[in-house]
Amino acid sequence: MIAETGHYALVLALALALIQSTLPILGARWHDPALMNVARSTALAQLLFVAVSFVALVTLHVTSDFSVVNVFENSHSLKPLIYKITGVWGNHEGSMLLWVSILALFGGLVAAFGNNLPLSLRAHVLAVQAWIASAFYLFILITSNPFLRIDNPPIEGRDLNPVLQDIGLAVHPPMLYLGYVGFSISFSFAVAALLEGRIDAAWARWVRPWTLVAWIFLTLGIAMGSYWAYYELGWGGWWFWDPVENASLMPWLAGTALLHSAVVMEKRNALKVWTILLAILTFSLSLLGTFLVRSGVLTSVHAFATDPTRGVFILLILCIFIGGSLTLYAWRASALKQGGLFAPISREGALVLNNLFLTTACATVFIGTLYPLALEVLTGDKISVGAPFFNLTFAPLFLPLMIAVPFGPLLAWKRGDLLGAAQRLIAAGIAALVAIAVLWAWTRGGSAFAPLAIGLAVFVIAGALSDLAERTGLFRMPFAIAMRRARGLPRSTWGTMFAHAGVGVALIGIVCETTWNSEYIGSMKPDDVAKIAGYELKLDGVTQRQGPNFREMLAQFSVTLDGKPLSAMTPSKRNFTTRGSSTTEAALLTRGASQLYISLGDTTADGAIAVRIYHKPLVLLIWWGPVLMAFGGMLSLSDRRLRVGAPKPAKALRGLQAAE
Amino acid sequence: MTRKQRRLTMIGGSLAVLAVAAALVLNAMRDSIVFFSTPAMVAEKHVPAGKRFRLGGLVQPGSLVRGDNLAVTFSVADDNAALPVSYKGILPDLFREGQGVVAEGALDSSGIFKADTVLAKHDETYMPKEVADALKKQGHWKDDYGAKSGVTQGASQAKQGVLQ
Repeated sequence: MIAETGHYALVLALALALIQSTLPILGARWHDPALMNVARSTALAQLLFVAVSFVALVTLHVTSDFSVVNVFENSHSLKPLIYKITGVWGNHEGSMLLWVSILALFGGLVAAFGNNLPLSLRAHVLAVQAWIASAFYLFILITSNPFLRIDNPPIEGRDLNPVLQDIGLAVHPPMLYLGYVGFSISFSFAVAALLEGRIDAAWARWVRPWTLVAWIFLTLGIAMGSYWAYYELGWGGWWFWDPVENASLMPWLAGTALLHSAVVMEKRNALKVWTILLAILTFSLSLLGTFLVRSGVLTSVHAFATDPTRGVFILLILCIFIGGSLTLYAWRASALKQGGLFAPISREGALVLNNLFLTTACATVFIGTLYPLALEVLTGDKISVGAPFFNLTFAPLFLPLMIAVPFGPLLAWKRGDLLGAAQRLIAAGIAALVAIAVLWAWTRGGSAFAPLAIGLAVFVIAGALSDLAERTGLFRMPFAIAMRRARGLPRSTWGTMFAHAGVGVALIGIVCETTWNSEYIGSMKPDDVAKIAGYELKLDGVTQRQGPNFREMLAQFSVTLDGKPLSAMTPSKRNFTTRGSSTTEAALLTRGASQLYISLGDTTADGAIAVRIYHKPLVLLIWWGPVLMAFGGMLSLSDRRLRVGAPKPAKALRGLQAAE
Repeated sequence: MTRKQRRLTMIGGSLAVLAVAAALVLNAMRDSIVFFSTPAMVAEKHVPAGKRFRLGGLVQPGSLVRGDNLAVTFSVADDNAALPVSYKGILPDLFREGQGVVAEGALDSSGIFKADTVLAKHDETYMPKEVADALKKQGHWKDDYGAKSGVTQGASQAKQGVLQ
C-alpha cells in the first residue's frame, strides 16, 4: 500500500508539474494574474506530493519491505536504522528520487519566498523549474521506478554496498544534490530573463542568494565527499581526478565564476549576457554530472550501449535542456541591453579575469573527463586520463588566478589603481617571501615547488587579511575606531575575506600533504613496531568482534612520540556476509591539523597482517579551506543587502507586466 | 581607452588564456595518457617494455602467489591469453581470484607486467553467482538482475558508488 501511495504521489507530482510548465507561461502572455499565480500553488503542491513519495520510500526501507525491488536490492533487515534511511539514496532509483525531491524543494522555496518578485518573472521561473521537474519525473517513472514490487517477496534483502554503510552517505549525497540542483534556480532565472527579454540589476540581486546557497552546499558536499573517500577507501587519497569527482567539480568551477560575475551585474549592471550564459552553463554541467554518474556511461561505453534506456533518456534530457537553453540564448541574448563600461584594470576587470581562468580551468577538466569517452566511441581505444593530465593543465591555470585573488577586492570599480593595490599588498607580499625563505631553508635540497606554492597560499591569506585591515583602518587609526569600523563593515566583505582565505588554507593543505606525506607499508606481527615521521606505532594485538551485519577484525596499535605514549589506534577490516565483501576502516589520529592514518590489508598464513601507515602533515587544512569558503558564503548570504535589501520594484513593475 | 580598445583588450586577453590552456592540454595529452589493454591485445600487439598501460581482465583462479614482504604475483587473463603480473603492496578489498581487475604499470624485459597500482572491478549491485543460482531456483529471478550484476563493470564503479 505504501509503495503504491508513493508511486501515485509521484504521478500526481508529474501532472502538477505539467500544469505548472504551461499555464503560468500562457498567463504571462495573456497578462492574466490568476493564471500566473497558478505556478505558486502548483509548486507548493508538487513539493507536498514529492515529499509524500520520498517519505513512502524511506518508510519502505525502514520497515524492510522486501516485496519492493529497490528495498530488496539495497537493504537488509539487520542493517542499522541510520543506514536503512541513508540506503534510500545509496542506489540509482532512490538517488534520482532525492534529486527530484530537492528540485521540488527549491521550486517550493521560490514559490513561498518569492513574493517580492515581479509576478511574470516568478511565473516564468517556476514554469522553467517545472519543465526540468517534468523531465525527471518522467525519467523516474519510465526507467527508474523505485516502487516496483516483486511477485514472490524474498525473506531477506541483499544489503547495501558495505562501502556505503557509513555516516558519509547520510551527508554527502544530499549536500551535493542541494548544490547541483540548487543551480537549477539560477538556470530558471536565466531562461526566464531570456523569455521575458528583460534583465536588470534587481534580477542579479534575486539570483545571487540562490546561487550562493547552491554554491555553499556544493562546496561542503565536495569537501565532505573528498574526506569520506579519504577515510573510507583506505588508500589515504583525497582526490583522484575520477570522472565522478570531476562531474561535481565542473559545476563548482562554473558556479564560482557565476557567483563573481553576478556581483558585477548587481553592482555595475555590466556583464549581463555573460552572466546569463554562465547560469545556463553551470546547470548544464550539473545535468552533465547527473548524466555521467547515472547513465553508466563511465563504467564502460559498452555497458551503456547494451542497456541504453536510462542513459539515452538522460542524454535526451541533457540535449533538450542544454541545446534548448543555448538556442534561446543565441536567439534572445542580443535583445538584452549592455551597460556599465569599465577599464580593463578595475574591480570588474579583475572579476572578468577570475571568470576567464575559472571557466578555462573548467574546460580543461571537461576535456580530461570526456575525451576518453569520445575516443572510445570514435576509435575503440580505451585510455585513462588521470592525475598527471590534470596536474599539467588544471594547476598551471589555477596558479595565476591565485596570484590575482588578493588584488581583486582592492581595486576600485570602473577604473582601478593597480599600483595602489600592489602597495597595499606589500605586507602580504613580505609575509609570502618570508614564508618561502623559511621553508626553503628548512627543506634544503627539497623541491622548490612546495615553498613557492605555500608562499602563494600565504600571499592569498595575508592578502585577504590586509584587505580587511585596509577597510577597517587597522594600524592607521586607534584600535577602538578600527573595531567600530570592523563592526560596521558589510557582512559580504567579511564573507569575501573568509572565502578567499579559505582558498589559501586549502592550498597549504594540498601542498603539504602531497609533498611531505610519508608512508610505511609492510606486514606486521604482534609486538612489531613501525616508525614513521618520529612516531612509533606498536601492534599490540588483533581481536575479532561481531557487528550488527558484519564480522570485524580489529588491530590495536599504541602510538608513542619520543618515548611518550600518545594514544591508541584501532583500524579494522569488516566482513559483510550477505554480500561476501569486506571494507577497510582506517584509524585516524589527529594531531593539530596533521593526521596519522592506518589501514589494514590481508592477513598472511603465519599470522602477520599487511599494514599501511601514513603520516599526513596538515592534511586537515584541505577540508578546513572549503569549510572556511562555505562559512564566507554564509556570511555573505546573511548580508542585509541580500536578506532584505532586494528593493521592492516600483508599483508599475509589479502585477500586470508585459511578457516582453 | 575607447570602447573598441577596451573590447579588444578583453578579447585579446581571453584568447591568450585560451591559447595557453590549449597548449597545456595538447602537451598533457601527449605525455600523460595511459592506454587500456587486455592480455589478448598485449599478445597481439608488441608493447615495448617500460611503456605504461592499464591491463584489465580476470584474475586467473589459482594463480595468486603471496611472497615475502607483501610481494604478490598473479595472472590476468581473458578468453584468449594470460599475462603474469607482479605487484608489491596491499591488494584492494575487492580483489579476488576469478574476479575482474585493472592493474596499471609496465612490462619488464622478461615480459612480466610490473604493476604499481591495482584496482578491483566491482559493481554496487554485484551478486555472487551462488546467490544468483539460489534465487533462480526459488523463482525470484528476474532477467534485469542478471544484466546489472555482471563482473565486467569498470574500475571506477566501486568509487562511483561512494561518490554519487
